[in-house]
Amino acid sequence: MKTMTHLLASAALVGATAAHATDLEVTHWWTSGGEAAAVAEFAKAFDATGNTWVDGAIAGSGGTARPIIISRILGGDPMGATQLNHGRQAEELIEAGLMTDLTELAEAQGWKDIVNPPSLLDACTLDGRVYCVPVNIHSGQWIWLSHGAFEKVGLDVPADWNEFVAAAPKLEEAGITPLAMGQQGWQQNLAFGTITIAIAGIDAWREVSVERNADTAAGPAYKAVFEAVANARELARNSNVQDWNLATNLVITDQAAGQIMGDWAQGEFQVAGEVAGVDYTCLPGLGVNEVLDTGGDAFYFPVIDDEATKKAQMELASTLISPEVQVAFNLKKGSLPVRGDIDMSSANDCMQKGLSILADGNILPSGDMNLTADTQTQIEDLMAEFWTSDMSAADAQARYVDIIASAE
Amino acid sequence: MSSSSKSRKPSGLFRNMSAKIASVPMVLTALVVFVGGTAWTVLYSFTSSKLLPKLNFVGLDQYERLWSTRRWIISIENLAVYGFFSMIFTLVIGFTLAAMLDRKIRGESIFRTIFLYPFALSFVVTGLAWQWILNPDLGIQNVVRQMGWESFTFNPLNDPDIVIYGILIAGLWQGTGLIMVIMLAGLRGIDEDIWKAARVDGIGTVKTYIRVIIPMMRPVFVTALVLIASGIIKIYDLVVAQTNGGPGIASEVPAKYVINYMFRAQNLAQGFAASTMMLLSVVIILIPWAYLEFGGKKRG
Repeated sequence: MKTMTHLLASAALVGATAAHATDLEVTHWWTSGGEAAAVAEFAKAFDATGNTWVDGAIAGSGGTARPIIISRILGGDPMGATQLNHGRQAEELIEAGLMTDLTELAEAQGWKDIVNPPSLLDACTLDGRVYCVPVNIHSGQWIWLSHGAFEKVGLDVPADWNEFVAAAPKLEEAGITPLAMGQQGWQQNLAFGTITIAIAGIDAWREVSVERNADTAAGPAYKAVFEAVANARELARNSNVQDWNLATNLVITDQAAGQIMGDWAQGEFQVAGEVAGVDYTCLPGLGVNEVLDTGGDAFYFPVIDDEATKKAQMELASTLISPEVQVAFNLKKGSLPVRGDIDMSSANDCMQKGLSILADGNILPSGDMNLTADTQTQIEDLMAEFWTSDMSAADAQARYVDIIASAE
Repeated sequence: MSSSSKSRKPSGLFRNMSAKIASVPMVLTALVVFVGGTAWTVLYSFTSSKLLPKLNFVGLDQYERLWSTRRWIISIENLAVYGFFSMIFTLVIGFTLAAMLDRKIRGESIFRTIFLYPFALSFVVTGLAWQWILNPDLGIQNVVRQMGWESFTFNPLNDPDIVIYGILIAGLWQGTGLIMVIMLAGLRGIDEDIWKAARVDGIGTVKTYIRVIIPMMRPVFVTALVLIASGIIKIYDLVVAQTNGGPGIASEVPAKYVINYMFRAQNLAQGFAASTMMLLSVVIILIPWAYLEFGGKKRG
């Protein structure tokens, strides 16, 4: 049955593509203003190679798009290429032989030498074979601050999280929500992770998230984290938006003073015509611990039994990682390039901060690479409940310890 | 069919042969897709399958985890609340509307159309429409406040304690029309002489409905009950469209848990365990009822 659908699908592809250059359907979930502008750069570069980029954008966040993408691959209707966050999400798909092996191309182009930090390529590698192309580095450990909001109450823009918390009462008096927060589990989880690194420090974070040490999770460092998150929850009480870009918009329009969000928020500031350092400030690691994780997006190429398609897949793979495309894409996206050898002097204030942290090597592996989707969903559910209820910090910590203790 | 088969004494197996052949595809579908698929799901719920099904058995681990997960407990509680009130209100409102329409009122077809129209909308549309109606800045709360009632608060969708009632309202709005039509059909099937006899005996209208008409409409009520119950168990799209389980996880439902764990959390076995529990709860309700309904008749 499955081979049958495979055959039918490839037959249909051959039929459709025999006449001219290859159409390659690319699925991704980049749909906000800044993201769409960035992905257009990919499409432009790929079309220039004589092939056609068929855009398969899936609205909603990764949580919505990933199941659709995975079920299409499993169901024998694979797309030509797809975005996924590298790490453990695609592990089983690779083990089942559903993803194209890119090792030859990677060796020919020397990806090992150009991809920086090397952990990105490691995350694409399984048993010594390369299965995906990293395209950008995204880090979640940022807080975005609105200059306008702090001017309104006559305060200086805070330099770190503690100053931000101290400024909150004044902001609230002026009717400004201190912290913008989209009411979705992943955003609340991201804020939790960021606060963890700022409050508990990197060592404690590593023990819990990488080594899955439940004792540390139950310890005093994490107790402080949960209390800080409970406090942040109060700061975000009046923020009734859902999507992250709507929350970013609250900061752009000075209705909220800050938002903890990944560097993809920068694309929204850019689309709105705001200038880093003038209209908004960004603090990596909440200004306390200046480290960034190195998650990001990567492209995977499902196995399709058709020579022309395979060739187009390889062309797309090398297009994505080529220096010009890396610069053009990442400037629009607000993310950092995966190559250390290209000129990013045209990048703005915030990206420069990120680049120098990267150059100094102050990096963490991203959560996607450490914990399975299962464990992350459990933590997300916990955070979604914690942020919207009156659950005490101690209760939340106890349940967090349980999840870490049973994580695989 | 043919005359030759008539002359032989047909065994039970060959009677109505064409009808039996015609039903073979459906029987196969039922066996392979429903029974087979169910058995497969139950089997794999005892494994530790993640993204892909694998047969490495772990006993009841998935079920233990399921019942110690707060989100699942909340889902079950929500389903119980939604189910209880949905069942009662749909039946009561549906029957009352039908009885009122049955009183030979003017413009009956207009009212019938109005009441039935929501049923033509999908749950997604219903959910989105009610998300706006219940939005404090746009919907009911805002309208009442503009009428001068400044302190009026009605914001169920952002309050974790009552969010499920916000969903219930939307569900009732969508579903009662259909039940009303079914009830109306049942009422129309009641012989006019019954009413005449009741009138001769001097029994009041309400009393006639409760004591005479409703007992006579038993089959109609059973149909309505099954329709409502199946709607309750599979509630999913309404929640996704209206609240997406929020705020937090306050309006999660079991079907959503299954989907999320199967696909988003890439933990098939956990999702299977949850769906097996859903099936089990249906079976627990259905089997005693089916036994009473059909088993009793054979003896009688």
